[in-house]
Amino acid sequence: MFAFAKPALATPADRLIAAARWRWYETAFWLGTLLVLFAFPGYLQLASQIAIVGLFALSLDLLMGYAGIISLGHAAFFGFGAYVAGIIAKYGWGEPLSGMVIAGLSAGLLGLIVSPIITRLHGIALLMVTMGLCVLLFEAANRAVWLTGGDDGLQGVEIWPIFGTFTFDLLGRTAYLYALIVLFLMFLVARRIVHSPFGLSLQAMRDNPRRAPAIGTDMGERVRIVYTISAAMAGVAGALIAQTTQFVALEVLSFQRSAEIMIILILGGTGRLFGGLIGAAVFMIARDQLATSYPQYWYLGIGALLVAVVMFARGGVMGGFDRLVRWWRARAGAGR
Amino acid sequence: MFIKRTNAGRAAALAILGLLSATGVAPAQEPLKIGLILPYSGPFADLAAQMDYGVQVYVKQHGDIVAGRKIEILKRDTGGPNPDIAKRLAQELIVRDKVDLITGVLFTPNAMAIAPVVTEAKKPFVIMNAATSVITTRSPYIVRLSFTLPQVVSPLGGWAAKNGIKKVYTLVSDYGPGHDSEIFFKKAFTEAGGQIVGEVRVPLRNPDFTPYVQRIKDIKPDAVFVFLPSGEQPVTLLKSAVEKGLLADGIRLIGSGDLTEDGVLEGMGDPALGVITSGHYSYAHESPENAAFIKAFEATFPNGPRPNLTAIGAYDGMAVIYAAIKAQNGKLDADQTIDFLKTYKAMSPRGPIEIDPETRDIVQTIYIRKVERKAGKLVNVEFESYPKVKDPGK
Repeated sequence: MFAFAKPALATPADRLIAAARWRWYETAFWLGTLLVLFAFPGYLQLASQIAIVGLFALSLDLLMGYAGIISLGHAAFFGFGAYVAGIIAKYGWGEPLSGMVIAGLSAGLLGLIVSPIITRLHGIALLMVTMGLCVLLFEAANRAVWLTGGDDGLQGVEIWPIFGTFTFDLLGRTAYLYALIVLFLMFLVARRIVHSPFGLSLQAMRDNPRRAPAIGTDMGERVRIVYTISAAMAGVAGALIAQTTQFVALEVLSFQRSAEIMIILILGGTGRLFGGLIGAAVFMIARDQLATSYPQYWYLGIGALLVAVVMFARGGVMGGFDRLVRWWRARAGAGR
Repeated sequence: MFIKRTNAGRAAALAILGLLSATGVAPAQEPLKIGLILPYSGPFADLAAQMDYGVQVYVKQHGDIVAGRKIEILKRDTGGPNPDIAKRLAQELIVRDKVDLITGVLFTPNAMAIAPVVTEAKKPFVIMNAATSVITTRSPYIVRLSFTLPQVVSPLGGWAAKNGIKKVYTLVSDYGPGHDSEIFFKKAFTEAGGQIVGEVRVPLRNPDFTPYVQRIKDIKPDAVFVFLPSGEQPVTLLKSAVEKGLLADGIRLIGSGDLTEDGVLEGMGDPALGVITSGHYSYAHESPENAAFIKAFEATFPNGPRPNLTAIGAYDGMAVIYAAIKAQNGKLDADQTIDFLKTYKAMSPRGPIEIDPETRDIVQTIYIRKVERKAGKLVNVEFESYPKVKDPGK
């Protein structure tokens, strides 16, 4: 987004290359995530859950923030991935990496199967259908007690150590590093997609869905591809939650999970890659701190936070900072 | 310039986040710390409040200093049956807050998720509610002070068969405790000569009882055996039963104590009169211990709910924790605590209780009760008791 503040470059290709350049603050952010290991050793369980939820939010950001496809049922893929990873681990194959890949591919396949419906819908209808899909999966998992354990949750999930050496320890060091590395790799993928001609055509589709096809964008195809990628990414996030907690509850498919991830993404800022990650961190740290201090009334604090962000920082936390900086710059300019 | 300043802002934001998460606690002394995990927020907050009150009443009665050590209770919220959150909270309580013991836990999935954590960390885990039979087998550090469904419903099966109920239809919630109660009621009832004429498992979330009630009415059993989680659902079921004329047809309602749980019993009104349940605790239990408990409860929370079976589980949970600390002169060593609790015996407000050394599960008197109106209040009046019932589920 910073690229737009600069004078327009000669060709779209130049512009894409400029936008895709790795920036120092990105390096700082990722180095900072490593610092958590040493700075807050007691918070690694929370940190690993933030990384997982951040990945889930990132997958939704590709869909909502970049392609403009609103989904109120993204937990369908998250939960599907979680159940796939959990079930294969329960029935004898506890190797985490391959389990995660299988879960991601399965969720992606599910996304591919559903995507033709998605291409035909917009707005409220899209909200309803995505939500309906999630409810369908929830009920299916609820009824298939023999496979999923229903309301009792999937018990007996045993995950082997990563590479046969790194066990999932009580402190959460392995869980955090595992989740963080997967998140980083997925971030690279998302970043590559966003800064590609394909990514640019998604944004064109989002910004002007009438004009995009007029200049030759095959919207149906774009939607199918991005929906499949996003579903696979959400499935990977689901697999991570199943593997790090070694348990799958029906709640992974709940409507609340779908709604919450949307809130997290809006809180952080849509269409910014980092938005989902920042949103997940802000939401979950605020929740953790508030819930520890006021176990009964912490929802009040979360509500106030959401209202404040929507009122004072449109575009989420990231958008708020952008505006703050712009205001600061304008003031500095006026005082000169 | 623009880019640099933006990044400075972003860095500042990250720093603020960092500070926010660094506000840990630094204790001056070394109190004994107890982690209390309950669903304080969300749809089950009422039951969590009952349990929290039970804990508070015990602490108020017995002080927060035991054998010279101050007791600090750290409360954590799971928001409902969320095993991933419950597991993380248990890990954090142990790793970050250095608690000596974990307790609370309303839901079976949460208890199941916490079990491997306490096994690995070697911390005692006192379960105050979660009632699926299998839980105590999941860790050698678990002790349960509530009840199990097989324990509660088996006596009812025997009682029903001997008291003129020959044909029963069972209606239970489709999850662990529901399956447990269906299987063990059926077993006890058929062994005593009864006959099951039909069974149904209803969804745990928002079931509509009308079609089930209609079907039962057509089959005309002597009674319907019901297990539903305590709270709103029994009220809804009773409403449907009245509307469809099930009770008018002389079909009786029997079930586990959850059906006429004290917290909502008053709200059920007169149709609840005559419902027979089996349970381990009744507000109307007549004993000096229960009178003292209720007096303390009502004095502490004059506008609070009537204490129910979850409150008593929490109250007794605190009682065993205090007893274990006293027995170790102000310590809470995991293995010693469990060894001590294996031989625990006491007179609780619910009646005599003890811990089975084999299973670390509670052994207690199960009462058959009937809903009656006494001094203007609807209560479960106990009229038959089965002493020292062990969990038959293991």
